[in-house]
Amino acid sequence: MRYIEQEKVIRRMNGRMVINRIFQGFFMFATALALLALVILLYRIVSQGAGHLSLEFLTNFASRFPEKAGIKAALVGSIWLMAVVAPTSILLGVGSAIYLEEYAKKGRITSFIQMNISNLAGVPSVVFGLLGLTIFVRALALGNSILAAGFTMSLLILPVIIVSAQEAIRSVPRELRDASYGMGATKWQTIVRIILPAAIPGILTGSILALSRAIGETAPLIVVGIPVIIQFLPEGVMDTFTALPMQIYDWSSRPQAEFQTVAAAGIIVLMVVLLFMNSIAVYIRNKFDKSY
Amino acid sequence: MRNWKFAMASTILGTAFVLGACGSTEETATGSETADSSSDEAVVEGSVAGDGSSTVAPILEGIVEEYAAVQPEVQVTVGVSGTGGGFEKFIQGETAFSNASRPIKDEEAAALEEAGIEYSEFLLAYDGLSVVVNQENDWVEDLTVEDLKELWVEDGSNKMWSDINPEWPDEEVVFYAPGTASGTYDYFNEVILEEEDIVESATLSEDDNTLVQGIQGDPNAIGFFGYAYYIANQDTLKVVTIDGVEPNPETIESGDYSPLSRPLFTYANNAKIAEDEAAYDFMQFTLENAGQMAEAVGYVPLAVEDYEQGLSDLKALK
Repeated sequence: MRYIEQEKVIRRMNGRMVINRIFQGFFMFATALALLALVILLYRIVSQGAGHLSLEFLTNFASRFPEKAGIKAALVGSIWLMAVVAPTSILLGVGSAIYLEEYAKKGRITSFIQMNISNLAGVPSVVFGLLGLTIFVRALALGNSILAAGFTMSLLILPVIIVSAQEAIRSVPRELRDASYGMGATKWQTIVRIILPAAIPGILTGSILALSRAIGETAPLIVVGIPVIIQFLPEGVMDTFTALPMQIYDWSSRPQAEFQTVAAAGIIVLMVVLLFMNSIAVYIRNKFDKSY
Repeated sequence: MRNWKFAMASTILGTAFVLGACGSTEETATGSETADSSSDEAVVEGSVAGDGSSTVAPILEGIVEEYAAVQPEVQVTVGVSGTGGGFEKFIQGETAFSNASRPIKDEEAAALEEAGIEYSEFLLAYDGLSVVVNQENDWVEDLTVEDLKELWVEDGSNKMWSDINPEWPDEEVVFYAPGTASGTYDYFNEVILEEEDIVESATLSEDDNTLVQGIQGDPNAIGFFGYAYYIANQDTLKVVTIDGVEPNPETIESGDYSPLSRPLFTYANNAKIAEDEAAYDFMQFTLENAGQMAEAVGYVPLAVEDYEQGLSDLKALK
């Protein structure tokens, strides 16, 4: 007695294998397309802007002469901006995530809040710019300072940080918490000694990705009224400033072809800053990564 | 243990570098300050904020750059929110001056009055476009704004010179235009194309030289670029009059060469000029240097008397 009809199996097998192949090809194509776009972008930017990169480009202020134009004000401004955005957004974001995951009772209100946070993550950045203009720049009279722009950017990336921190906290195994409570630890002790150390790689990955978004955003800064033409460096958080994406945007909209290369050089600087931030994230993740 | 030592060492080294860098910048700053105070009678301190049109911004960029060398203690910032966006901040009293590529609108003036802000208008320069053809082109002398629109807007057909005027040759028109990222293209788009697509056959180039050479080489060519660039090449190109008006400093200043020329303004907050020494000083510097900067970035400067008029208006505010 034959339990398996060889021919029938082969016939059906062929069809399934073809579909298997087709999808394998499709997924590879999708990846290759994205990679190709990235490679073309990188090639164009680097080939256009590398010639303009020099130490002077980093130490000069912007200029009407393309050959003298530098990115000093924007680079320093972006670093100041990050110095405000990172602590504000990470403290508030991780704090909210801990509250929502560990303290808040699961119910209608919590799930309503949860839904709204997820929705906020999809709100266009211009809207956050308008919010920042109304609240920080005007109502709190912070003007177009680093603080006002930093708070605006923090609001923009807060939803992303909260959601990713929640995911990270949720992925800490139940047993660890139970063991901690079983040993008589309080909730606070459990959070600080068990949950946060275990969740830190995930939290940081999410936070750094969010911060990378903040450093590249232009629209909210324009709305908040951050200037582009500026010939001095900020000395405190209440000073005004300009940021990398603003400067790049300004250069790339200039009619002279030379400014396009200056813009490309600016993009390279921005990419290096991004890569640096991402490598910090990778380093921290590897350092703390323990599997449970 | 080794990790800690490494971290400590790198922290110390890093701090030393940062402090070292700070120290050197401070030194150079004080150095240039003394140099300037000796060359300039009055050292002014303070901050001046402006915003507005991105068309005017290139003039201001040059002025701010030069001003930073003369008065390093005045912190000038200029944003590029656009003419309307600039006025929005000006009405809120957040800026001392607002750049505009058009005269102030009635509703903006009304909002300023409501906010109790008195302002003065200062003309900085003119932005002008010239439409040019090949020198061998002996048929086109004048085009109307409607002709320009008919020529330049893409409608799916091949554009012939005879489409505009039956007496003109039955030859296809060859188009040259500045690239879409340029302010010149934006301006043409605004006043002639009115947001419709430019002819597909047009050669677009960010390099004005390409346009000049293209037009020089083809009797059926037509193109446009900034007035200043036409002036630099007027011996080899033929300019077309628009609605009978030839572009020259007189017609551009008088506004007769419309709509292909427009005035560029800055609006100053009277109270801030009067109270703030830095704002007054910067505006004065702006009016003194606007002509030179305007020319450098391809705009048409005003007559010297007009800048002097602006300066005396400014003095009256103080």
